[in-house]
Amino acid sequence: MKSFSYERATSPAAAAASVATRPGAKFLAGGTNLLDLMKLEIETPTHLVDVQDLKLDRIDATGDGGLRIGAFVSNTALSANMHVRRDYAVLSRAIQAGASGQLRNKATTAGNLLQRTRCPYFYDTNQACNKRQPGSGCAAIGGYSRQLAVIGTSDACIATYPGDMAVALRVLDATIETIDAKGQTRAIPIANFHRLPGNTPHVETALTPGELITAVTLPKPLGGTHIYRKVRDRASYAFALVSVAAVLQPDGSGRVAFGGVAPKPWRSDAADAALSQGAPAVTARAFDGAQPTTGNHFKLQLATRTLAATIAQATTSAKIS
Amino acid sequence: MKFDAPAGINPIDRMAVVGRAHSRIDGPLKTTGTAPYAYERHDVAPGALYGFILGAAIAKGRIAAIDTMTALAAPGVKAVVTYKNAGPLGKGSKNTAKLLAGPEVEHYHQAVAMVIADSFEQARAAAALIDVDYVRAKGRFDLSAEVGHAPLQNDSRDKSKPPSLDRVGNFEAAFAAAPVTLDATYTTPDEAHAMMEPFATIAAWQGDKLTVWTSNQMIHWTHQDLAKTLGIPEANLRVDSPFIGGGFGGKLFLRADAVLAALGAKATGRPVKVAMARPLMFNNSTHRPATVQRIRLGAERSGKLTAIAHESTSGNLPGGTPETATAQTKLLYAGANRLIGTYLAALDLPEGNSMRAPGEASGLMALEIAMDEMAEKLGMDPVEFRIINDTQVDPEKPERKFSQRQLIRCLRDGAQRFGWSARNPRPAQQRNGHQLIGMGVAAAFRNSLNITSGARVRLGRDGVVTVETDMTDIGTGSYTIIAQTAAEMMGLPLNRVVVRLGDSAFPVSSGSGGQFGASSSTAGVYAACVKLREQVAQQLGVNSADADFVDGHVRSGNRSVPLAEAARVGELVAEDTMHWGDLDKQYQLSTFGAHFVEVAVDGFTGEIRVQRMLAVCAAGRILNPTTARSQVIGAMTMGVGGALMEELAVDTRFGFFVNHDLAGYEVPVHADIPHQEVIFLGEADDKVSPMKAKGVGELGICGVGAAVANAVYNATGVRIRNYPITLDKHLDRLPALT
Repeated sequence: MKSFSYERATSPAAAAASVATRPGAKFLAGGTNLLDLMKLEIETPTHLVDVQDLKLDRIDATGDGGLRIGAFVSNTALSANMHVRRDYAVLSRAIQAGASGQLRNKATTAGNLLQRTRCPYFYDTNQACNKRQPGSGCAAIGGYSRQLAVIGTSDACIATYPGDMAVALRVLDATIETIDAKGQTRAIPIANFHRLPGNTPHVETALTPGELITAVTLPKPLGGTHIYRKVRDRASYAFALVSVAAVLQPDGSGRVAFGGVAPKPWRSDAADAALSQGAPAVTARAFDGAQPTTGNHFKLQLATRTLAATIAQATTSAKIS
Repeated sequence: MKFDAPAGINPIDRMAVVGRAHSRIDGPLKTTGTAPYAYERHDVAPGALYGFILGAAIAKGRIAAIDTMTALAAPGVKAVVTYKNAGPLGKGSKNTAKLLAGPEVEHYHQAVAMVIADSFEQARAAAALIDVDYVRAKGRFDLSAEVGHAPLQNDSRDKSKPPSLDRVGNFEAAFAAAPVTLDATYTTPDEAHAMMEPFATIAAWQGDKLTVWTSNQMIHWTHQDLAKTLGIPEANLRVDSPFIGGGFGGKLFLRADAVLAALGAKATGRPVKVAMARPLMFNNSTHRPATVQRIRLGAERSGKLTAIAHESTSGNLPGGTPETATAQTKLLYAGANRLIGTYLAALDLPEGNSMRAPGEASGLMALEIAMDEMAEKLGMDPVEFRIINDTQVDPEKPERKFSQRQLIRCLRDGAQRFGWSARNPRPAQQRNGHQLIGMGVAAAFRNSLNITSGARVRLGRDGVVTVETDMTDIGTGSYTIIAQTAAEMMGLPLNRVVVRLGDSAFPVSSGSGGQFGASSSTAGVYAACVKLREQVAQQLGVNSADADFVDGHVRSGNRSVPLAEAARVGELVAEDTMHWGDLDKQYQLSTFGAHFVEVAVDGFTGEIRVQRMLAVCAAGRILNPTTARSQVIGAMTMGVGGALMEELAVDTRFGFFVNHDLAGYEVPVHADIPHQEVIFLGEADDKVSPMKAKGVGELGICGVGAAVANAVYNATGVRIRNYPITLDKHLDRLPALT
């Protein structure tokens, strides 16, 4: 870990200004990902702005019948919130499918959105990684890629976004609210929040330097059946090979997002529109243009079968022969 | 004492303490956080500096230049140890690669430097400032590319012979003539010990005398190898390891932490403490090598095996040893024509060595799938197929009997207890909703070794017996079974015995490994106690042969004297070592078991979850059913890991294990492990030791992987021969979506 300076911010705007004006500065919230990465010198901030005093930890109703979730609401508190459990159960389920109780106690809503990939080459500072060290190359391409992305990748990076919570937020069409160094606020639809790697895999979100997430808002409840199905090699405490967040309506329509398959939560309108035609029709659209490796090609079939399991759970219509 | 004839009746047979379920006597220390683990020995080595190890960034090549100037100038840094300033270092007899690289690099993450600083954080930060200029060399990293031309090893029992296949009868002819045959290849991946406590040592010099407080399974080996590596007299070195937070074979040997802590303490004149960072654990240390195993079986239609061939290829660094995955196949089943071959490829991956039940664990993962496949070809129940091929003699030397072999009873009792008769022999028939349900069985087999083992026992004036031996307790229960042994021998309750372990100042014991620790170390304590009883009898003026040690008293005829009376004028001290005769030549000493597993496979996603597990074990006298059960359920858990998830992923381009942390290298979590049941058959094997006990810990893992694999096949009808059995390997052959 490199030496760094540390301050505790007193207001969101001050926090944003502090990070924006100091090269190498970062926000520190729960620290469950950033501190680990600092110990490995994958992250080497020179200055940390601790935002835990900002009290952005409320969950409130919005005027249009949705919820506004403070950026620093813990994963535990969010998943346990009665409104979330009742109206956005896919979100509760996604959060509880991730990490461990201890980590969820500490991890925040904003921090969870910003968690970085678990690509093993990203984690090994001896290996080339364009995300960690832009321009150094990608050791994962041609290497051990079983966990890595099948779609949305580039020649520069095939890492996945590893989280669960954001996959549920994607299916719920959440919005990310931010404030920047000038005190300007904006709302970023989650669809636009995470970026595909292209030639700049180190740029992972739409946030500008110093821009601070203040809240995540959910539109009014969708109704329907909320399912989060996470498939992994062991029963708990592992990142998804494939996950499916789904909100399914009694008429067979609905929406679905996939985790563990792409550099961001993966969803397409065309795929959603095919839901009533069954899982293969959905994934044919969702994964059109996929470029899997020989090591992770199975994820395409797994995505279809996991979605089929999800539909079966909701409707008992899909079956295996 | 020498054990060279079957044990007669002895004081252990009373079984007032031995054989009873006792919770661990060291449990309260662990549950209160007061057990002194190596990294926390501030009580004996205050003011230690911190070391942080830098691992090599390449798998093979050499260090062209290493610049430590920036690191040395960093805050708090006291010294940087590299090959350039370490002085001449020897190599431990049990090490294949050197523990400090330079100028050659032999494997990825081989230690190239250690920074010593005032704080751990300073040492870690400075380690990243060391600039190493490497020259890469071409290496061999792909085991599959070596199969077919890797050199044959000597598999005969006569190690003076040149490498050859181990043959009995004429395998080729019998296989060609057999009406039912199987020829299949199975693979097991490289696996990591992944013990909770990393390698950790505190080292301190006083003049030319060195003490290391470390975490190690084999004090004597490590004592010898550290002295040899540092070039100091063994008499000037003390190794102390009273508590070990898991080893599983990874801590059998001297490792880099101890060497570098000693060098760092030398360089700074202060105690130095080192714990290896988790990401370094997987490539820096030893691992269980991957295997490629070809098995050919030939049988009569009756199910009698007539031809058995097992050939295994593994890899290791030059000078390393093979994974002896064929070991059990020499002994497990009858069959007149046999062929065993072990091949070892030179690979430049990190060093392969023992991991829990080396040999048999990997070998049975293959052999016991092959037996399941063969049973299906024969149309036989897999339990019955194994039973009709049981042997009570060494198949290679029929005059040599097993000392005790209850494999058939393990299988039969287990089948009944598990409800095996409910299994549908046709695969893919059993459903529970969208889950595919299957049951599997495998035999368990592990040889029973005994190692020379010594102990010292003291009878204090307070009547307390203290045992001292360099035996280790790696979480297995050694403290408890040793206390039970001394208590039984001296006629005391357990709370009148104190056990001190893991110190090289104590008599040399077997150490912990190869499931030989329980049997061997308690036999050493037995021998020492026999001597102490003689001293007590002499002090009390009774004939030791007539004396009965019971309830804290020594009874002889009408006399009954408190045991403490014998030490009234001074502590009595007795020491002895158990040596072993040739009973293991006259008899084959082995342990047996049967594993039964039920799995549920998600018909949509292919996820495999174990639902029930049963192990039936026949391993001689069980010294403590509580600690033995803990050993076996832990082993069964490791077996599930090996079956379903554990795999060190090899990057064959750069020559390293990619998933080198506990997020990437998955071992079972609680949610993966269902109800586990363990049954011990009542046995007492008089050919094995005066304790009549054998090891059981490693037996618990042997066969589990295959039982899981066979259950998965029974559930899905898809045979997977490449471990771990992950969902991607059968996904495309699961029932179609409708």
